[in-house]
Amino acid sequence: MKTFFLLANTPIPRDLPLPLPLPAWVLTICLVIFFLVHILFVNLMVGGTILVVITEWLGRQNKRWDHLSLAIAKTVTVNKSLAVVMGIGPLLCINLLYTLQWYSANALTGHAWLMIVPLVIVAFLLTYLHKYTWETWTTGRKKTLHQAISVLAMLLLLFIPLIFLSNINLMLFPSEWDKVRGFFSSLKIGNVLPRYLHFLAASIAMTGLFLAGWFGRASSDLSHLSDFTRPELRRIFYKITAYVTLLQFVFGPLLLFTLPAAGITPKLYVIIFSGAAIGLITLMLIFRELRRDDSRIGQSYPWICILFTFVVLGMGSGRHVYRQAALAGHQAQIQERTQEFASALADFNHQLAGQPAAAEPDASQLFINCAACHAPNTKLVGPPLTEIAQIYHGNPDGIVAWAMAPGKKRPELPQMPPFAHLGEANLRKIAEYMLEKGKAP
Amino acid sequence: MDFPSYYLDHLAGGRLIIGIIASLHVLINHPLAVGAYPILTFMEWWAHKHGRKDVDELAYKITFVVFIVTTTVGAMTGVGIWLSTSLFAPFAIGSLLRVFFWGWFTEWLVFISEVVLIMWWFLSWKKADTAEKKRKHIKIGLALSIMSWLTMALIVAVLGFMMKPGEWNQTRAFWDAMTNPLYLPQLGFRTFFALMTGAVFVWFASFFFTRQKPQGSRLRKWLVYRLSHVVLVSLILTLLFGNWYWHNIPEVMKANSAVALLSQQFMGWHSQFASLLGWTLGTFLVIAIAGLSFSSLVPRWALLIPSFMGIWLLGHFERAREFMRKPWVIGDYLYSNGVHKDELAFLQSEGLLKYATYVKHREVTETNKVECGQDIFMLACSRCHSTTGLNGVIEKFGLMYGSDKPWDDAGMLAFIKGMHQTRTFMPPFPGNEKEAKALVAYIQHLRETRESLQGAQTIGIEAAPLAPESPSNLTNR
Ligand code: HEC
Ligand code: HEC
Repeated sequence: MKTFFLLANTPIPRDLPLPLPLPAWVLTICLVIFFLVHILFVNLMVGGTILVVITEWLGRQNKRWDHLSLAIAKTVTVNKSLAVVMGIGPLLCINLLYTLQWYSANALTGHAWLMIVPLVIVAFLLTYLHKYTWETWTTGRKKTLHQAISVLAMLLLLFIPLIFLSNINLMLFPSEWDKVRGFFSSLKIGNVLPRYLHFLAASIAMTGLFLAGWFGRASSDLSHLSDFTRPELRRIFYKITAYVTLLQFVFGPLLLFTLPAAGITPKLYVIIFSGAAIGLITLMLIFRELRRDDSRIGQSYPWICILFTFVVLGMGSGRHVYRQAALAGHQAQIQERTQEFASALADFNHQLAGQPAAAEPDASQLFINCAACHAPNTKLVGPPLTEIAQIYHGNPDGIVAWAMAPGKKRPELPQMPPFAHLGEANLRKIAEYMLEKGKAP
Repeated sequence: MDFPSYYLDHLAGGRLIIGIIASLHVLINHPLAVGAYPILTFMEWWAHKHGRKDVDELAYKITFVVFIVTTTVGAMTGVGIWLSTSLFAPFAIGSLLRVFFWGWFTEWLVFISEVVLIMWWFLSWKKADTAEKKRKHIKIGLALSIMSWLTMALIVAVLGFMMKPGEWNQTRAFWDAMTNPLYLPQLGFRTFFALMTGAVFVWFASFFFTRQKPQGSRLRKWLVYRLSHVVLVSLILTLLFGNWYWHNIPEVMKANSAVALLSQQFMGWHSQFASLLGWTLGTFLVIAIAGLSFSSLVPRWALLIPSFMGIWLLGHFERAREFMRKPWVIGDYLYSNGVHKDELAFLQSEGLLKYATYVKHREVTETNKVECGQDIFMLACSRCHSTTGLNGVIEKFGLMYGSDKPWDDAGMLAFIKGMHQTRTFMPPFPGNEKEAKALVAYIQHLRETRESLQGAQTIGIEAAPLAPESPSNLTNR
């Protein structure tokens, strides 16, 4: 039993006539997993830049935050590169699985999509500039400039995910495509804003958890952060994770309940609510950690990470289940249309092959090649046939030789292209035809 | 093509943009990654072996520059080629991904390792403070050099594949595409070109980090002497592989480029290519000999000459390579306007609009002629031509028929129907007679009004309902 939500104005394009290189289910698993790895680094990049801006600002009062800010900035410049390179895998998979929806969304938001390249380059260069001027731009105006750079980088890194999000969202709703007039109007479709809030909160929460482990691990070098103790750092970042995750219990439902009905299925609810339940347990674990004293805080870190992984897997699969359901009808219609076209094409080509081999093209057909530029009595691009017939009277081979490798005679006319690819025999036929037609009446 | 058309009026469907992004990528990737990594690794190794702290420090500083550039502009232009092609030619990239999945996938893995290694290598440089750690560190550099070369080797396979289909069309097999006859020569050409320019880049960069006298100039002398050797050897091999490459360009392509000679740009490029190669290698030769004998006299700006020549040459190489591919996007299979070879006769008989998706009408009538013509232009011509801008059809027809005279409809119609014969770098017109007439009507209308044509990213899409006709009435037609 399939319900199609497709409306009359839904475009049903034809698929590319090439098989997928891997079974669709393998690609689907790859898509979900590669995407989660990618989004993890994106989260760490975005969350990281936000925390860098905040801690550097706190650092104006108390230097120790400035040191912490630099330490976070150093993770951002690594994570940002991983975010980019890990993005290629999911892009590869989504291109294959949702070729028509994905590229269509790209085209409809085209300018923004293209702007990703320069925007990311500028954002990355700014993060480097920020990091490598830390020790030199330390006071007064220079410090202000330094902070401004990181704010700018942050704003860019906050904006770029929105472009991807708008595409991911837009591809789900082919019936809305005809309403789109560029990137900004695409934001009105589906529920981009709740998705974005959910993403932002996840970024900060993930970064908190990551940094709790990064600075909290026994082997980390805290010599530059001597004003902090290890348990203190753990506590700070756990807190960030905990409170922001708490917020997710608002953003999450907001996202879920604003999703267009197109892909909502009971399966989706089961997956999302199980994920949320594990999320709740994780949150309780973090709060328990926070109540522990300094000597024991951090003990449950591995557990928290494992549970978080399940939460993320749940959300990632839920996301995919929604997409699959939302696009099932569209995909089926695409398949149908593709097959219809393929069989019509096959029939046609079969008939064509069955027809007696087309007789050798006759001279008048061959002359079509020249007709764009040579008319009987008037000058089109080249001289009229009457003129040619005068020049080459009784000399068809002269025409053939010319057409094989035309020279340049008339300065007021453009150069004639060579027609060697037609072959001498055909050119000979054309030449005779030309002389015939160009004969003085 | 069956995707909404992203289209930039005046920019000829945006080939220019893909071109700029791709050239920038190659210009960074070849000298800075493929060329410079092995040289820098060698410097680190040599410094370690001979206990030369200053050489190590210099290698580190140059690596810093390479690190910043490759992880920002380098990486993002690489991704950018893909993102921009997705816009301008989704049918091409979509098909390539399906055929070449394992190539792209492997490419991705190698790219990951390349990014991880450059970060690891650069960021752990100062932490390698014992002999043992240093040896390990040098190995990271070595691995990085290999990986960045492999990245290029894979990309070249994809490029070579697009130029010559090899056995692909029959077997649709991946390995066939990998072993096509242009592969090795092109790879060799690029490898040694990269080393040659990489050496000059390292030399150039060293000026900025060897300012203090006299140690600085001594250090530079040490370096330049060795770099000159790299340049000399790579130069000879670049020449040999370049030569081999041109000789292996299949007959079709050669014929094609001979016809293309007529196209004004190409005439320029082609006749310039051989002499440009000669001049470029000549400047590198001069620089290398100067480097061997009196390097201290070679000023910084002098290095810019071979570098610019190199950029120019590579630009030529890439453009000519792109051009020779026309009218195909995948040789003998897919035309550059997204029409498949085996669909051509069908579309010419049944009509292009009937089976398209993003069009306003499915049948040409007297009243909708111009609108139909516009859609046909978008589908059949817009990947290469703009309306009134770069490589614009109005300008092109004007050159033929005179921009101050009326254009003859019948002549234009004949041209369109034979456009692949007249200009072999254009694909055949993929529609029926009525549609060709509609296109003529649109072009005449465009000539008068010069109204601009907007892409789907600005004016959105329109999709006329599909003809309810079933395919069976084709057969009893
Ligand atoms: C793209 C337009 C174009 C097409 C198509 C074309 N020609 Fe021409 N032809 C020209 C032009 C322009 C000239 C004048 C060239 C000159 O004088 O420099 C010309 C001149 C000629 C001449 C006169 C040469 C002379 O000695 O004065 C002959 C003969 C000729 N063409 C034959 C052909 C044949 C045969 C074909 C078809 C196979 C053909 N042309 C197709 C543009 C064209
Ligand atoms: C594969 C890309 C491609 C496609 C698709 C294409 N063209 Fe061209 N066309 C070219 C190139 C390249 C030139 C040569 C430009 C030059 O010489 O500067 C050209 C030249 C022309 C010329 C001038 C020919 C001459 O003899 O000077 C006309 C007219 C033209 N194209 C019309 C069209 C029309 C109409 C369509 C669509 C039905 C089309 N082209 C599709 C690439 C293409």
